Amino acid sequence: MEELGEIVGEFLMESHENLDQIDRDLVDLEQEPNSRDLISRIFRAIHTIKGTSGFLAFSRLEALAHAGESLLSKLRDGVLPVTPETITTLLATIDGVRAMLAAIEENGSDDVNVESVISSIHAQMDTEAAAAPAEAAATPEVAAEPPAAEAVRPAPEPVEGQRKPLGEMLVESGAAQPSDVGSALQQQLEGDERKLGTILLEEGKAQPTAVTEALQAQTPKRSVADQTIRVDVDLLDSLMNMVGELVLARNQLVRGVTELGDTGLVRSAQRLGMITSELQEGIMKTRMQPIDHIWSKLPRVVRDLSSSLGKQVQLVMEGKETELDRSLLEAVKDPLTHLVRNAVDHGIEDVERRAAAGKDPEGTLTLRAYHEGGHVAVEVGDNGAGMDVDRIAAKAVEKGLLRAEQIAGMDKRDIMAMVFQPGFSTAAKVTNVSGRGVGMDVVKTNIERIGGTVSVDSTLGEGTTWRLTIPLTLAIIQALTVDCGDQRYVVPQVAVLELVYIDGQSTKIEYASGAPVYRLRGKLLPLVRLDRALGLDVGGDQGVYIMVLQADGRRFGLVVDRVLNTEEVVVKALNSRFKDIGMYAGATILGDGKVGLILDVSSLARRSHLAVGSERENATGTSRGSGGTGSGERLLITAVGERRLAIPLDTVTRLEEFPRDKIEHAGSREVVQYRNQILPLFRLSHVLGTYSEEPDSDTVPVVVYSEAGRSVALVVDRIVDIAENSTNVRREAEDDGLLGTAVIQQRVTELLDIRRAILAADPNFYRDADDEMLVEA
Amino acid sequence: MANRQFATFEVANQLFGVEVDTVQEVLSYNEYTPVPLAPPAVGGLFNLRGQVIAAVDLRVQLGLARQALQGPVMNVILRGDGEPVSLLVDRIGEVVDLDDDAFEPPPDTLSGPTRELVVGTFKLDGRLMLALDVNQAVDTYRATT
Repeated sequence: MEELGEIVGEFLMESHENLDQIDRDLVDLEQEPNSRDLISRIFRAIHTIKGTSGFLAFSRLEALAHAGESLLSKLRDGVLPVTPETITTLLATIDGVRAMLAAIEENGSDDVNVESVISSIHAQMDTEAAAAPAEAAATPEVAAEPPAAEAVRPAPEPVEGQRKPLGEMLVESGAAQPSDVGSALQQQLEGDERKLGTILLEEGKAQPTAVTEALQAQTPKRSVADQTIRVDVDLLDSLMNMVGELVLARNQLVRGVTELGDTGLVRSAQRLGMITSELQEGIMKTRMQPIDHIWSKLPRVVRDLSSSLGKQVQLVMEGKETELDRSLLEAVKDPLTHLVRNAVDHGIEDVERRAAAGKDPEGTLTLRAYHEGGHVAVEVGDNGAGMDVDRIAAKAVEKGLLRAEQIAGMDKRDIMAMVFQPGFSTAAKVTNVSGRGVGMDVVKTNIERIGGTVSVDSTLGEGTTWRLTIPLTLAIIQALTVDCGDQRYVVPQVAVLELVYIDGQSTKIEYASGAPVYRLRGKLLPLVRLDRALGLDVGGDQGVYIMVLQADGRRFGLVVDRVLNTEEVVVKALNSRFKDIGMYAGATILGDGKVGLILDVSSLARRSHLAVGSERENATGTSRGSGGTGSGERLLITAVGERRLAIPLDTVTRLEEFPRDKIEHAGSREVVQYRNQILPLFRLSHVLGTYSEEPDSDTVPVVVYSEAGRSVALVVDRIVDIAENSTNVRREAEDDGLLGTAVIQQRVTELLDIRRAILAADPNFYRDADDEMLVEA
Repeated sequence: MANRQFATFEVANQLFGVEVDTVQEVLSYNEYTPVPLAPPAVGGLFNLRGQVIAAVDLRVQLGLARQALQGPVMNVILRGDGEPVSLLVDRIGEVVDLDDDAFEPPPDTLSGPTRELVVGTFKLDGRLMLALDVNQAVDTYRATT
């Protein structure tokens, strides 16, 4: 019984894959009705399902597959033409098979009523046969008794990938004469043990290069089946867990060994470290799957929907092979399907309207996936009607989401981002597909839940493009560890905009009728105390940190006792019993082996009753929009003397404040001790030759920059802001260490070239790094 | 052969038992991460070879005061439904072989939170062992007052 279960399991898995392929092939077949290849492939797949289900005694499934096969055999034999109706019937058959497989998976029986499907197949065969009496008459026995063995057994087809005889190949390419090959074959028959190629070569009947080429072409490309094996996802997950453990054990070992100071041991430990990192990377890769996995269902979705709406839509897919972590793929599937349905339903116009607008009656829906700086971007674009910004703005005002006077100063994209608000729909009529005002906000919530962003861009009359930005993996995230009370918590770094230290003097928490706020560059930032939110004892307002967080379009400050450091943490799913609390996105194992809880920033914001309305003003006021709406890079703006310097945010490891008395000297350099390292300090004012007055605070703000395992701290006077570089007003710079200047937030800002700035301060910085790496290797 | 094996442990001087099959392992652990806002019966989380395990405070489930969780506490880690879950107990006892003859339903006089967790009473030499309903015992959303 156990064994049978395994066989059934394999059958189910295989069949599901086959069905997905059939779906795609059927949609393709509609486009090329004469492709015998496609028909044969579909036929074979159905035949396999039929055969196995017969063997496993799923008689209803067998009957359905058989009916489908009969219809297909007629298409294959040219008795019936391929029409949209037959395709629809066949797709319905596939759905029936799917339903049965689902039933088998659930309760082991194929007890699903598919009589209607079977009868519609027969009706299809009959009507078509009546409509084409001549053809039907030509093969009456097939029509009368489809189960005839002849109709059932597929004709032997040349199997793809099977080796082609060498002689045939040489003759085809013109490298050998048929007669020579014939005689060589004859020699072999007569007992010559040499290989065909050898005979031809030795008798000078063919060129060596031609034979080599033919041999190479002949060597069967290892088929996918030989190169891959199926692995249980649970096994991969548990490997992933173990590797996470290994990383921790390694960290502890390295720490211990470094204290001992034995060079040999240190070297082994470092090697272990490297291997561990590679192993971790390798395991991560095993969890990656091409996005095609979820895209493969979409041609069917588009086909069904467009034909029910009477539209013509061509689906173009680019970047099918782009890979994503399995768990992320699952999470992206529904939002993506929703966007595609929405594009077909609302984006692309019907044939008449397209023709009236002078467009190709067939609309195009383009799916595009590509890697972009540590993220995967997935775009759903249509060349349909586009969105009317004015209408969206009017609707937003009507719904009270925006004030009329705000509109003028708003970016087009920010206005369009309103469609992600719950209950927002500009669709004139509600269809069963979309337009009910649910959907886009769900898309946004789902994508944000996995740490991604959604944006939309549209030109009226030309089309709309939705863009999802998704992190590569869920399993490991960059996070900040913070202390609150006597416990440590983890905050995903994507949500963190900046950190502010509250000393109670120059920076302080204020209260607006009991509600804590902070003046962040002149604007009030609502604050949430983590200890209060978690129901712990509430601490004081001094010597604490504010983490400026953004989630769900809300911006707020989270008050914590201490911010420790950034680290990559391995996210573990939290026991299901804690899901209801909603405050935690997961758990992780911290460096000391203890469990740390990862905070769910959006639900923290929600649960703290932050009104979306009051926050939006805040968010749109600073050109930051609802996160990721722009395509410009994010810049960290700092002040050095009178100058404003921008540093690309991705190159910044973190921002620190070092106490002035912690700065020590090594040779001519200033250094600080930082996380068990000696960190050189470079004063940007010196590098750039700017006069800068030493501010008389006790700490110096620095930007920590890391490359190739080495870090430097760039000392600035002030951290000003984080901005998106959307302008192109640039001027090349003459100074060393600068890329140029640009106008950012109405101020002239210089763009720092970090590498050159560091080289200007220490010409040996990169060379040292290389040397050390050589020694360690 | 109506013979069953039970893993036994003590909470507040009362001997409890669960069927051996349901137990994954028994270990003592030091550091628990409290989960604010979680039901009171959740003692905390700990790291079992890279897996995050929730520890259920059996004392709370039985209507008693929480474990202090300072210093090592014994965990009976149950296989659970899909994910392991741990019961925090005072002391670990032996594994005992019990005949069904020794079994009786819980006494009528037993009431309160304990009654809901117990499926029966086994008469051992000199003392009584209460057999726990594992699912009830780890259900942290049971109303405990």
